[in-house]
Amino acid sequence: MFKDITLGQYFPVDSPVHRLDPRTKIILLIMYIVMVFIVKDLWVFALVIGFMLFMTAMSRVPLSYVIKAIKPMKWLLPIMFLLNLFMVRTGTELFSWKFITITTGGVRQALFIVLRLVALVSGASLLTLTTTPVSLTEGLERLLSPLKIVRFPVHELAMMMTIALRFIPTLLEEADKIMKAQLARGADLENGNIFKRAKAMLPILIPLFVNSFRRADELALAMESRCYHGGEGRTRLRVLKFSRGDLAALLIMAAMLTAVILLQRFLPFDHQIAAFVKGLLGVGK
Amino acid sequence: MPIVIEKLTHTYQNGSVNAFTALKDISLTISDGEFVGLIGHTGSGKSTLIQMLNGLMQPTEGRVTVDGFDMNDKKQRAKGRALVGMVFQYPDHQLFDETVYKDISFGPKNMKLNEEEIDKRVREAMRLVGLDFDEFAEKSPFELSGGEKRRTALAGIIAMYPKYLVLDEPMAGLDPAGRRAVLEMIDDFRRQLGCAVIMVSHSMDDIARSAEKVVVLRKGEIFRCGTPQEIFSLSDELREMGLEPPFAARMAGELRRRGMDLPKDIYTNEALVKALAEIKGGAHV
Repeated sequence: MFKDITLGQYFPVDSPVHRLDPRTKIILLIMYIVMVFIVKDLWVFALVIGFMLFMTAMSRVPLSYVIKAIKPMKWLLPIMFLLNLFMVRTGTELFSWKFITITTGGVRQALFIVLRLVALVSGASLLTLTTTPVSLTEGLERLLSPLKIVRFPVHELAMMMTIALRFIPTLLEEADKIMKAQLARGADLENGNIFKRAKAMLPILIPLFVNSFRRADELALAMESRCYHGGEGRTRLRVLKFSRGDLAALLIMAAMLTAVILLQRFLPFDHQIAAFVKGLLGVGK
Repeated sequence: MPIVIEKLTHTYQNGSVNAFTALKDISLTISDGEFVGLIGHTGSGKSTLIQMLNGLMQPTEGRVTVDGFDMNDKKQRAKGRALVGMVFQYPDHQLFDETVYKDISFGPKNMKLNEEEIDKRVREAMRLVGLDFDEFAEKSPFELSGGEKRRTALAGIIAMYPKYLVLDEPMAGLDPAGRRAVLEMIDDFRRQLGCAVIMVSHSMDDIARSAEKVVVLRKGEIFRCGTPQEIFSLSDELREMGLEPPFAARMAGELRRRGMDLPKDIYTNEALVKALAEIKGGAHV
């Protein structure tokens, strides 16, 4: 029953985005997040979303995959929208009935919260869709390597991440087997109250833990027998290379970020949004 | 009443691009007290088939009835499952409790038997698998050797007094002495508990020893089903499928090719020795 879960949702095609250095992609994502947070204007936000769609098109990942990443938020988004709509009371009043009051500020805030969340999650998922987990941790390791000066164990952290990602499918498969073995011995996992059910999980969790420790031990031995001794002096099979494409991508993103900042500074469209919302609701004319 | 398998078909990830049909239109009856050997190449659907026998998996089409209980029906499944004891390949997937005694009593406890009956059954099961009660009852299952763990896992199922005992490669990873011991144990249970045995194995020699019926699976379909004589006289076909016929059958085949007049139905060492002794005796007299 666990086999259907897919993790590390890498989408294997060849595209300019896939070919980018993972370090570049992580920096791009950080810049993108900054951009999403500083946007205070709906029209500029349309520009950001447009940029996001452009990147998706470049990556040759079907848009439906990016949308799939937003799906788990199908309850969170409406709740966030409604909470902000009713709770925020700034700007002019649009609608009032008993204790419910909707203001222009509320509409704005609600719209922005939803758009921001969607933009953030789809941007982050584009990174994992176009980057293999291994090269992602590799990129992270290289980006964090300056921290080695303060003796932060960057390599060890990255290696742990890689191993953890590698063993997720193995653990799921094993959990499935253990579950079946205990079900065959008449274990009842579905009935009873919450305490009973928690206790019924023990026969599954204990073998899972014991086997994980044993496996960790074996893995450590296997790594040591191949002369692994930490990150010091370790060379790489694939050396990350900063290419012209990376530079171009970073420049485009920097230009985008500057454009967004300048547009906001010199072209305040705020009053237009208010008018748009009022027109939409047909009030306040 | 028997286990009846009717037109069983199973497709993993049905409907997706990765759809894989593991079983195709399997029909089979396993009678009371019968010893069935199930052989097939890796990926031939053996494991999928045996998991269907006690309702750990539900087929996409067709059904399994155990003594009249329909394993596709959620309510009847629990009753049918209690009749089918299932021993998985790796004891590490089922051992979990503090002591061997407690672990073996897990199954009987789930059957809601009283203390006295449970105690009786645990002692009986330990005796049958050859674990000395005084020595092992209070040991932790995690400090046992590989062979002892397997015995404990087996005892955990035996103590449930199954009417059908399903064994998934019970000899995998054991030394020759261990293999013989396990095979003898299985014969013992059958004699003492009168249960039917369904044994999956790669080793034709193990199956040739005690099976009454042999089922050969190929790519999810029943390739042949019959008595050991019928199956093992098909040496060439078996070998084409990547399966190794029993030693005695191979030997007899080779001797026949070299002009020795041996009957075609030899597949156990005993029969081969007997036939050879007869020929030798005849030549000298």
